[in-house]
Amino acid sequence: MNMIVTPASPATPNGTTRPQVRIVIVGHVDHGKSTLVGRLLHETGSLPDGKLEMLKAVSARRGMPFEWSFLLDALQTERDQGITIDTTQIRFRTNSRDIVLIDAPGHAEFLRNMITGASQADGAVLIIDALEGVRDQTRRHGYLLHLLGVKQVAVVVNKMDRVDFSSERFKDISDEISAHLNGLGVKPTAVIPISARDGDGVAERTDRIGWYKGPTVVEALDRLEPARPLEALALRLPVQAIYKFDDRRIVAGRIESGSLVAGDEIVIMPAGKIAKIKTVESWPVTPVAGRQGAGRSVGITLDRELFIERGDIIAHAGTAPRETRRLRARIFWLHDKPLAKGDQLLVRCGPKESRATVVAIEKAVDPGELSSSENKAIGRNHVGEIDISLSNPIATDPYTENPRTGRLVIEVSGRIAGGGLVLSVDAGQRAVPVDIVPVESALRPDERSARYQHNGAVVWLTGLPASGKSTLARALERRLFTNGGSPILLDGDTLRAGLNSDLGFSATDRSENIRRLAEVATHLARNGHIAIVAAVSPAREDRATARRIADTAFREIHVATPAGICEERDPKGHYKKARAGTLASFTGIGNDYEAPQAAELVIDTSKRTVAEAADEIEQMLKTTGVLFDELVDLAANI
Amino acid sequence: MDHLDQLEAQSIYIFREAFARLKKIALLWSLGKDSNVMIWLARKAFFGRMPFPALHVDTGKKFAEMYRFRDHYGKEWDLDLRVEPCPPIDAVDPTLPPAARSAARKTEGLKMALAKYGFDGLIAGIRRDEEATRAKERVFSPRGLEGNWDVRDQPPEFWDHFNASPPQGAHLRIHPILHWTEADIWAYTKRENIPIIPLYLSQNGKRYRSLGDQDITNPVNSTASSIDEILIELEQTKVPERAGRALDHETEDAFERLRVAGYL
Repeated sequence: MNMIVTPASPATPNGTTRPQVRIVIVGHVDHGKSTLVGRLLHETGSLPDGKLEMLKAVSARRGMPFEWSFLLDALQTERDQGITIDTTQIRFRTNSRDIVLIDAPGHAEFLRNMITGASQADGAVLIIDALEGVRDQTRRHGYLLHLLGVKQVAVVVNKMDRVDFSSERFKDISDEISAHLNGLGVKPTAVIPISARDGDGVAERTDRIGWYKGPTVVEALDRLEPARPLEALALRLPVQAIYKFDDRRIVAGRIESGSLVAGDEIVIMPAGKIAKIKTVESWPVTPVAGRQGAGRSVGITLDRELFIERGDIIAHAGTAPRETRRLRARIFWLHDKPLAKGDQLLVRCGPKESRATVVAIEKAVDPGELSSSENKAIGRNHVGEIDISLSNPIATDPYTENPRTGRLVIEVSGRIAGGGLVLSVDAGQRAVPVDIVPVESALRPDERSARYQHNGAVVWLTGLPASGKSTLARALERRLFTNGGSPILLDGDTLRAGLNSDLGFSATDRSENIRRLAEVATHLARNGHIAIVAAVSPAREDRATARRIADTAFREIHVATPAGICEERDPKGHYKKARAGTLASFTGIGNDYEAPQAAELVIDTSKRTVAEAADEIEQMLKTTGVLFDELVDLAANI
Repeated sequence: MDHLDQLEAQSIYIFREAFARLKKIALLWSLGKDSNVMIWLARKAFFGRMPFPALHVDTGKKFAEMYRFRDHYGKEWDLDLRVEPCPPIDAVDPTLPPAARSAARKTEGLKMALAKYGFDGLIAGIRRDEEATRAKERVFSPRGLEGNWDVRDQPPEFWDHFNASPPQGAHLRIHPILHWTEADIWAYTKRENIPIIPLYLSQNGKRYRSLGDQDITNPVNSTASSIDEILIELEQTKVPERAGRALDHETEDAFERLRVAGYL
């Protein structure tokens, strides 16, 4: 069965458009949402020709009376269950608005979909059965709309025909729901008595509701304000990707707020690097002149080569977002397993992702009860306020300052498990105490490189256990030393015996282990040495941290020996123990190794001798400016 | 930014997310107006080139004009074109009505192509406004190991955050133009001057609104012989877009059954 309604927002040939408003209709499952939607489509002339007649014929064939809700029950499964099961988008027009209706189901089990729908809405219609009055679920929906920041809420009291169009009954319900919504800081834009089935109050003030002087549903929809402009806010361009398809290095993303133009001085957060926008690239015409505003997907080139990665935020200097490792968020939880203090999560803020830990649960609320429960966990479909500690710094804004960048989602096992609004960011978590005064080296970098015939570098070997990292590292160390260089081996396991002996193998400890390795290696690199790090370093994000610390000195080598061969080699017997279940948190036999996507070099040691692999590394270090040419000549003469 | 700019920017965002977060993707090119707009949007997203293959799952029963279009623009747009065949009709569920059964060949062809290349994401040009079951779709829509769609257990998707981690062996459908309407497609095609197959324009009082296999697609009555005239016609008509698609009308749930099994 098809259900097509007239497209409400056609880009007409002359290019004119009308304000588009996205709304959600929420309410208890039996209070008549689908009936209201069916009626609205009919009253606004949005139904395809013959649709009504066809449905009436289907109803007759099935021996049941026609219902307006049949219009929406488009799926066979829905007819089987007797409930609407998911968010549907339907479009229709009022006099001055194009309305996109996100039809959200009321059944508690599918509440997450309502949240999905409501989160995109500019306004909402809350529907209440005149006979049943304000129910728990009605209160819950009102509360969720408040939490999600939907400020324009029209209340519809349906099934007035069942209470003989009693103005007293209407007033009771109107007072009760208005008080509830006002208590939440939401002032209803209208409270409308209707009978969706008969049409009273939907598009017409009929005699039966002659005592009512307010707007009809269609009129109320017509008065909804579209979302406010984002262009007036500070520039936020979250980086989706860096493209090097040709000789251009294009930083691509969508401008979430503010605007930019070629020539702007920008700051890249969280690193805080400064650059100028050289061009704004496009296709088929490029470059494009003129200011680009919020909502545009753009690509820019910069006047200098900087290490930028997906998830960074480009802003204007002076109005940059705050960098933080800790924030407070108001979240709604959609996952089966309640969210508890100490839980490890993945937080996404635009394209940026970071692993995170729940440090505290400040509030946990069942929206139906409207009472704070014990602050230990946030259950499914509940909301709460939590403090999150992030393993990588992110740049973000409180949602009151920026509704686009001030929101996040939480993933559990690769699936979105909740969403939230950033209430506050705790800047300065990484601030260096003022009484620390770093002592600078007595030697200049060029003095060292003249002696060693190379620049300082961090050569980072990552790969599965037994992939050959340590063997390669040792071979490389020997070769560089033979050539007069100053290599220093930093083996992950060796450092765990001393510097990192306080760390275990939890995700947080692994991150800290990598951070320390990277800091030590970078210190060596800054002093002209080539630090060779051999560490499994399974998490992509941790390696990105290492790259950020070492910056331009970083050279990543993926030792990509096939897993089967690594397990066969197993020189330390770890695979065997892990298979036997006696070695926990072992990377290798699960899927927990995240291969690099843009390593400077990839080596499969099952296809190369150690000497060949060392040749390749040497060649890479030469072409990327670490080793000087003279060194190559020297090597050729040996 | 006008309405078309907004649609375009959103689609580009989706394309870039798919390219960044999945390992091996392809775009399903049905040669119709929607997938041509998609290719155009992909080239906008990636500054002139589409950095992944265009996959044409070929039933062998398309119109000659469509094959000519494919061969010409596949080259002109510098596409990495992969044409994959569909299995014979005998290999398809015999309980489906005839036209649906014929369309289900494409689902089987798609599964074979998936197995051959190991894509973890397929970009498809479906739109919410064209068919009721498609209105329930997500932008990133997970498919089971058999390519099936579990309409009751779709992951939450909001604020342009997409679930991009299909389980091992499963894949994602990505729908960059889910939020477009038929009129949007035509208005954008005109604005960007995107080439179209002439079958969409009226000849002898009839034109195709939607192009599928030759044996299960019928033209509708129309005098619209230019895109401008199509747009005017769409303003006035209340006939559904897929009216000419036989498979939509066989039984009330034929389309839903196809989609659960992995049809687009």
